[in-house]
Amino acid sequence: MAEIKIALAGNPNSGKTTLFNALTGSNQFVGNWPGVTVEKKEGRLKKSDGVTVVDLPGIYSLSPYTPEEIVARSFLVGERPDVILNIVDGTNLERNLYLTTQLIELGIPVVIAINMMDVVNKAGDKIDIERLSKELGCKIVEISALKETGIAEAADVAIAAASEGATGYQPFFSGIVEHALAHIEEAAVHERPQAQQRWYSLKIFERDQKVLEELKLDKKILDHIEADITAVEKNLDDDAESIIINERYLYVESVLSRCYTRKNKGKLSVSDRIDRILTNRILALPIFAVIMFLVYYISVSTVGSWATAWVGEGIFGDGNWNFFGLSLPGIPQLITNALPGNCPPWLSSLILNGIVAGVGGVLSFVPQILVLFLMLSFLEACGYMSRIAFLMDKIFRKFGLSGKSFIPILVGTGCGVPGIMASRTIENEKDRRMTVITTTFIPCSAKLPIIAMIAANVFGGAWWVAPSAYFAGIAAIVVSGIMLKKTKLFASETTPFVMELPAYHMPTFGNVMRATWERGWSFIKKAGTVILLSTIVIWTLSRFGVTANGFGFDVDMADKALENSILGMIGKGVAWIFAPLGFGDLETVVATLMGLMAKEEVVAVLDVLGYEGFTNNHLAGYSFLIFNLLCAPCFAAMGAIAREMNSAKWTAFAIGYQCAFAYTISLIIYQIGLAATGAMNIPGFIAALAVMAFMLVMIFRKGKKI
Amino acid sequence: MNTLKDVKVGKSCKVLKVHGEGALRRRIMDMGITKGVEIYVRKVAPLGDPLELSVRGYELSIRKSEAEKIEVSAE
Repeated sequence: MAEIKIALAGNPNSGKTTLFNALTGSNQFVGNWPGVTVEKKEGRLKKSDGVTVVDLPGIYSLSPYTPEEIVARSFLVGERPDVILNIVDGTNLERNLYLTTQLIELGIPVVIAINMMDVVNKAGDKIDIERLSKELGCKIVEISALKETGIAEAADVAIAAASEGATGYQPFFSGIVEHALAHIEEAAVHERPQAQQRWYSLKIFERDQKVLEELKLDKKILDHIEADITAVEKNLDDDAESIIINERYLYVESVLSRCYTRKNKGKLSVSDRIDRILTNRILALPIFAVIMFLVYYISVSTVGSWATAWVGEGIFGDGNWNFFGLSLPGIPQLITNALPGNCPPWLSSLILNGIVAGVGGVLSFVPQILVLFLMLSFLEACGYMSRIAFLMDKIFRKFGLSGKSFIPILVGTGCGVPGIMASRTIENEKDRRMTVITTTFIPCSAKLPIIAMIAANVFGGAWWVAPSAYFAGIAAIVVSGIMLKKTKLFASETTPFVMELPAYHMPTFGNVMRATWERGWSFIKKAGTVILLSTIVIWTLSRFGVTANGFGFDVDMADKALENSILGMIGKGVAWIFAPLGFGDLETVVATLMGLMAKEEVVAVLDVLGYEGFTNNHLAGYSFLIFNLLCAPCFAAMGAIAREMNSAKWTAFAIGYQCAFAYTISLIIYQIGLAATGAMNIPGFIAALAVMAFMLVMIFRKGKKI
Repeated sequence: MNTLKDVKVGKSCKVLKVHGEGALRRRIMDMGITKGVEIYVRKVAPLGDPLELSVRGYELSIRKSEAEKIEVSAE
């Protein structure tokens, strides 16, 4: 039997993921579609050979605007799967069948799986399946993805339909539109395969640029067609694209009027009653605050941090750890014991201080990430996530972020890694990129020691240092949001805030666990590759250098004479760059570089090197603090950025922007501060004024319109 | 022109025309806000924007700036 490819298409929240999981079980491959950060899932059909199921992103329409729609459309049109299994939410037929009308036109066999039939039946609504199937010209299977009924049948019917080919049945529009379509079909597309003629005519009617480019029609024919289209537009007082949308909905309405009866119009469902409380004008925000506090508290402060400490200090710690009362040796100890007695000290240092310390430090975030994702997956699956966007949109829209950016930033106060990964729930690609870039501006828990050190050692424990650090983080997000939104890269007039608020429902255990694990696993994989490599590089650079016997290697160099190592020399080499910020000393620069491993390192390195340069230089100390808070985060977070951006260019942009932004702000603080205290450095002051003027222009200029 | 933005919470209206252009307009119409459809304004978000609507049997949220582009019949 030849390979069969089933494409799974349907609206978001129609139960598509649940159906996909039920169809494929554990035979799934998750990745990203080429070039965009839209999830690509493929799997092999359970209990059968040679059948691949492709899970297309959830879409409302096949119009080429959002990344999801583009991906789905180019897959369906370009790769032409053997059959489309269209999952339709039985409780929301009108809008779901709108997409179906577009799928049928492609000329690919379509099988409809009507989901949530149990809910429809319970509400007393009636769907005349037989009649609906006849009217739409495709086979219909009733399923419940949640209860896993009808799944095998849906797959069987789809496979059978694949071999039968498309039925050629098409939605019928009103006379005047059909007339124009017939003309187009006659004039321009009769050489195309029979099954695709309707689709091509419709696209020509809609003046779809991509299709017109592909067809390269004769100018004469085009003019002739254009006259037809304009006539219809004039007659119906609307543009061609809208006319087709209208016709589709009219068609669906008319079909449903014959096949669907609704019993209780206007009666409040359970979901409605839940929503009345959760988005209540007065209660909504307090409830939101409590839920957010719980998410933060459980994932970052309690369960997550216990688990992280357990892994970090236990499994990856020196000495023994406690496993339900059993005392077990930690991994470092296990490795120490396992290494043969004659193992060279450099090798054991590389393994223990380099790899285990570095990767272990990152892996110790895994429990925290899993706990967080468990809660986020739940919030997302039950329908509350879109309410968060609904509640917060007004605030975040002002500086170019999405209502959903709130969660990444909140989580980012604990750890930037899960914060960045939490941006996954933002559908709009531009909003998501912006969130990924700005999330780590908020001080994470690893930056707290830096704040504490500067507050204590430089400002004598002044109360305002810590709040000012958080304020700087928030201001950095707001300012960056406003500036970036006005650049061409992020101007997104094209993706407006038109969002479905799906009915609340209890998610299945399996789905939540699967979503949690998929996200956690992608982080673990990153730790095993990029982060492993980075830690080895830093380990090497901090242990090779000038020793008593000339250039060479010294295991203890990082702890005793960091300034002699290659890392130290790099620090010396680039120290001048930081001189305008007030901290161009070897020690502070090396500390900043080591901070890329983990931000706690900044304090540790300054301790080791016994740095005291800030004692009499408050301004430089504060500038150093701000730079380290805002610049590129640690490797783990950079890995998360790379994972979410799914593009080397965007990752480089994000990290480059963070460093440039940090540099600019520190420069302004230091140089203006110097001038204010009467120690003005003229070139520095001019530079600071110049960058400040540039930022103000970026903030207040008129944004790019698309 | 009477727009959806002016319709009070708890009231219904009928869509006469969707103004605006490009992707935004297309999106609004894809979601089922087309000529002749009935819209019920369910609520306004606690901060005053966006709106929550009932249309074609489901709940949709749009901003007031978008609602402004939807011409509706006077109640």
